[in-house]
This record gives sequence, structure tokens and C-alpha cells, in this order.
Amino acid sequence: MKRSRKTKVNVGILRQEKKMVGTTERFGNYLEAYNHVTAQGAEHEPVWLKQMREDGWARFTAKGFPTTHDEDWRFTNLAAATKTPFRRAGKTNAAHLAKEIEGYRLAGATCQLVFVNGHFSAELSEMGNLPRGLEICALKRAFDCGLEACAPGGIEQHLGRYADVRRDVFAALNTALWEDGAYLRIRRGAAIEHPVHLLYISASAGLQIMTHPRTLVVAEEHSQAAVVEDYVSIGEEAGFSNAVTELVAGEGAIVSHYLVERENLAALNVSTLRIEQARAANVASHSILLGGGMVRNNVHPVLAGEGTECLINGLFVGAGHQHLDNYMLVEHARPNGASRQFYNGILAGHSRGVFHGRIIVHKDAQKTDAKQTNRNLLLADTARIDTKPQLEIHADDVKCTHGATIGQIEEEQLFYLRSRGFPEIEARNLLLHAFAAECLDRMAEPAARAFIDELIRQRLHELVLAKSEQEGALPDEEEVQSWEEVG
Amino acid sequence: MALLEIENLHASVDGHEILKGLTLTVNAGEVHSIMGPNGSGKSTLAQVLARREAYEVTAGSVRFDGKDLLEMSPEEAACEGLFMAFQYPVEIPGVGNAYFLRSAMNAVRKYHGQDQLDAMDFLPLYKERLNLLEMDEKLMNRSVNEGFSGGEKKRNEILQLAMLEPKLAILDETDSGLDIDALRIVAQGVNAMRSNDRGFLVITHYQRLLNYIKPDFVHVLVDGKIAASGGAELALELEERGYGWAEADEQVQHA
Repeated sequence: MKRSRKTKVNVGILRQEKKMVGTTERFGNYLEAYNHVTAQGAEHEPVWLKQMREDGWARFTAKGFPTTHDEDWRFTNLAAATKTPFRRAGKTNAAHLAKEIEGYRLAGATCQLVFVNGHFSAELSEMGNLPRGLEICALKRAFDCGLEACAPGGIEQHLGRYADVRRDVFAALNTALWEDGAYLRIRRGAAIEHPVHLLYISASAGLQIMTHPRTLVVAEEHSQAAVVEDYVSIGEEAGFSNAVTELVAGEGAIVSHYLVERENLAALNVSTLRIEQARAANVASHSILLGGGMVRNNVHPVLAGEGTECLINGLFVGAGHQHLDNYMLVEHARPNGASRQFYNGILAGHSRGVFHGRIIVHKDAQKTDAKQTNRNLLLADTARIDTKPQLEIHADDVKCTHGATIGQIEEEQLFYLRSRGFPEIEARNLLLHAFAAECLDRMAEPAARAFIDELIRQRLHELVLAKSEQEGALPDEEEVQSWEEVG
Repeated sequence: MALLEIENLHASVDGHEILKGLTLTVNAGEVHSIMGPNGSGKSTLAQVLARREAYEVTAGSVRFDGKDLLEMSPEEAACEGLFMAFQYPVEIPGVGNAYFLRSAMNAVRKYHGQDQLDAMDFLPLYKERLNLLEMDEKLMNRSVNEGFSGGEKKRNEILQLAMLEPKLAILDETDSGLDIDALRIVAQGVNAMRSNDRGFLVITHYQRLLNYIKPDFVHVLVDGKIAASGGAELALELEERGYGWAEADEQVQHA
């Protein structure tokens, strides 16, 4: 008895040691960052936050990065990307970026928060005259700014309460390692007229850095606001942005969120938008993926209150060897909710797109009306799209439809335009933009829309020009797949 | 002056010869009508002239305003002043009508090294032409042809003709599917555009349209060749006697 007990203990110790060694070996760069972040926060971070970080770290190390054996990651192989030893970057003076940053601003924004390598930059940010009812600050600052509104008590109620660290290892990693981000609170009944611009910049000369931006948007009852989260890189270095945003829409709130990914083509970008909607809240998520080498865009709305509406709108444009993966998880938890997913993909060269649209209708969510549409244009026969609908319906009185199409630019339309004098390149450009415009048309906020329209135009123009330079890559047969199902 | 000179034109689609030695000359200021039974090659002629790539020219020549049309891309032909009103106008979702029209005009102007039209230059002409075709301005805020009725689509073709002011306009069965009201409006648009320096090629299966657009010449196309030519009265004769007559009759002189 005694002996066997001893053995048991030994095994326990051994396992623990082995695990520690494993973590250091496999996640050395992440462990280094974790040690740094927890040491930094040791004094001023509240206990609940420390626990949250610990929990996130434990989940991350227990699970590790997903592989293609994981159903949710079947089409996206992260093996190479996750082996890269990305390092956290320290806070440096970002004043030298002042000039460069002008080209990235959103005209007509209420205010702009700028983050450089994961750290808030007060000198590059423009706070303007904040309208009544809008409280905004860097998340880190919120913990020691002393304002009642920003008091950790207000944040504690929401931060980390929605992002799913159990299921999503990247959300777990972000929860453990975030150093800064934005905190927005829109007061009850306030309507913020112009969009808030959050600019997350990776600018590291010669270093492969990682950032884990954390954003929290709390829109109280019957408030209204638009937030643009914008990821850019300055320079050609490969970086890793792992962002988590929690967006809480109170009863009757109207909120739109825009994600713009325009980092360089070496970037690894994983973003998770978790939306929590109370009764009659109306939320729109718009994702515009134009840049990034390996991109995973997770959008996870939970229609937690009765009679909510959610629009999940997206456009992804890939060229070269870009890999753009969109993972939608729409959860209907209460009755009379309506969700609309529209994703359009344009893929050129050897780029690859993924659309995974999962809809879960819980038992109580009767009279749910969920619709999902994914349309794709392949501009070369070397481009590829994987599109996968996944419906899980536990209620019996619901309407769920999904459909996907894969096609090419229509020759009839091209000829029509050319017969009116449009040069072929311009005609192609116009047709691509028209396809993209389906997504633009769903964006209600005029300043955000104009800003995104311009970015899309630039990207499509590059695509068409690149294509005309390497003619012959056009596939000659049109392949159209579509399915429609009512469950 | 000869605007369009077609000599012994042979053309095929998917290896099938459709045009088998067509010869035709259209001078500036003239309206020619091409009539013929289904499958005689009327639309193929229009498509070849508009430079659609799927139509292969195997023999013959086409000169347009003194230049070799068969060397031109569709956009070059358009910029040189050739316009085809489509039998089945294409819908282009996401491209606004007014934007499309102004961009088309500017594409032509750019080709000729002329200044671009801005919205202020464009609007007065645009409104005038909309009136001519009795078109609702609201319709023009929509995407090109999207959700238009058959008649609205055809009127939109003539609106484009009226805005682009080509040297040669080809109407490919513009009358098909039009009610009498729409037909009148389309004809009114075309007639307003008739001038001494513009030629028309009006392709139709029925004589009806020619009650409104009086042709100077009528040609009967049978099996890829012009079987008969005459004045406006030939159309009436065809209407009475049917195409069987023209197919059988070898005596009618070529114009």
C-alpha cells in the first residue's frame, strides 16, 4: 500500500515537470510574455483580472494551437504560423509615426484611439470633443483612471464574461496576454453620430512581434454607436495580431462594428468578435478582409434576448498566397430573433478563402429567422474557396436557410461594358467593385462606408492590374455550386 | 461617305458557318433594315460587328469609317463610334445607371483625348434624353437594367444610344417583346437621333417597327446572305407574303 502510494505521488510530480518543460519548449515566447504581463499587473490589476489571465493561460497551455484535425480548423493550417517565435513588444515612443499615420485616419470619425505594437499611444490618438454619453479610454487606463464610469467594477461586469476561453484557444491566449485595447461605454439613450476609430498598428523594424488587443464595447439600453476596428502594419515584417472584442448591446441598442484587416501580406491575424445582444438589440458586424497573409475572422453573436436582429456582413479579397478564413457562429438563444449572414469572397492568384457558417438555434428560440448566404468569385483556377454551412436546430418552429455560390466574372456583363467603351481592365474592376458593393450597401454608417469603399477600390484595382499582367490564369469553365435548404 | 462596308463576310459560331458571304454598305445618314427569318444570321451579324469574341470571322472584310473593324476589340469599336442596342440587355447589379452612362461617355472621350465630363456637364444632357425616352429619373438611381421591365430595358438601350451619339447604331431586334406604347417611345428616340452623319442598321423580324422608323433600304437576309434588297416597300411586301417568298425568289436585285 505504502509503496504504491509513493509511486503515485512520484508520477504526479513527474507529470507536472514534464508539462512545465513542454510549455517552455512549445510556448517559450508566449510564456515569456505571460510572465512579463503578470509581473507588470501584479500590483494594480484586481484579483478577478489576475484570475482571468491565469484561467486563460491554463486553457491555452492545456489545449495548444489547433490543428487541421480540429473540425473548426479543418481548412486552415496554422502549423507554420504558430511555430514562429513572435515576441511581445515593449512600449516605445511612437512620435516618429506621426506623419505616416495621417494616411490611415478615418475622415469624419468622432475620435481615434491609436495603438502601436499593442500599446496605447496618446500622442497619435485624437480624442476630439467627445459627445455626451460616450466614454472611451484605453482599457489599461480604465483600471487606474478613477472615473466612476471606468471603474473596474463597471468593466468587471463585462470583461471576459462573453469570450469563450474554453472553446477558443486564441481567445484564451488573448485573455492571458492582453496589455491594452479600447474600452467604450455608450450611455443609456445616447446616440453617437460619427464612428469611433480604433487603429491597431504593428510597426516593428526587424522584429516579429505579437499583440493581443482587447476591446470592450458596452452599449447601454437604447444607445446607438458605430465602431471601426482597423488593423494595419507599417513595414514588411511578419506580425501576429490576436484580437478579442466583446460587444455588449443592451436592450434596444443599435450598434455597428466594422473590422478592417489591411495588414501586410506576411501577417498572421486572428480576431474574435463576441457579441452579446439583449432584448430588441440590433447589431451589425461588418468584416472587411483585404490584407494579412493568414487571417482567421471569428464572429460569434449570441442573440440572448427576445426579438433581436443581427446582421453579419463580410467581404474578403485575397490574392497571391493569402489565406482568409471566416468562422461564423450565430447562436439564437431566445425567440423571435433574426440573423442575416452575407459574405462575399473575391479570390485571385493562389489565394484561398474559407467560409464556415454555423447557426445554432437553441430550444427556446422559437420563431427564429436565420439566413446565410456566401457568394464567391474565383478569378483564377488556382484560387480556392471552401464553404461550409452548419445548422444545429433544437427548436421546432424556425426558418433557417443557407446558400453558397462559386462563380467567375460573367462574360455577358464584361462584354456589355466593353461594348459601351469600357477598357477590359476597367470593366473587370467595375464588376468586381459591384460584387463588393453588395457588402458596402449593407453598411449604414456613411463615414465608415466611404472609408471602406475607398480601401476596397484600391485593393481591387491592384488585383485587376496584377491579373492583367499575368494573363492566362483565367479558368475557362464556369463551375457553380449552390444549395438551399430549409430546416 | 461609306460608314460601314461589309464585303463577302463569312462567320461561324462553334464551327457552324452562319454568315456565308454577306455584302452590305451603309452610308452616313442612311437607315438600313435587315429582315429575315429566325436563324438567317441577323443577330450573328450584329454580334460580329460589335466584336464579340465567340464569333469567328473566317473570310471577308468589314471597314468601319475607313478602318478595319475586324482588328478592333469591342471597346475600340465602341470608342470609334459603333453602338449596338442589345436584344437582351444585361443586368449589372451594383453599378448605378447614371454612373455607368457617364463612365461610358468618359471612356469614349478619353479614347479621343478629350476632357472628362463631370456631373455638372453630364446632368443637363442626361435629363433631356431621359425626357425624350419618357423614362423616370428614379429608375436611373437603380443598378443598370436591374429589375427593369422588358420595355424599360430597351428604352435604356436607346437612352445609351442617345447619350453616346455613335456614328453607327445597330438595333438588334429592339422591337422584340415591346408593347405598342414602348415601341412608339423607342422609335421616337431613334428618330430623334437620325442625322446626316449617322447610320442605322435596324435588325428586325417583323415589319411593325418600320412603321415607326422609316428605313431608306430594306435587306432580306436568308441563310447567311442577302437574298433581296429594296426600299421601305420591301418590308410591307415581306409582311404580306412571308419570308418563304424571298427565300424562293432569286430575281430581286441587290441594292
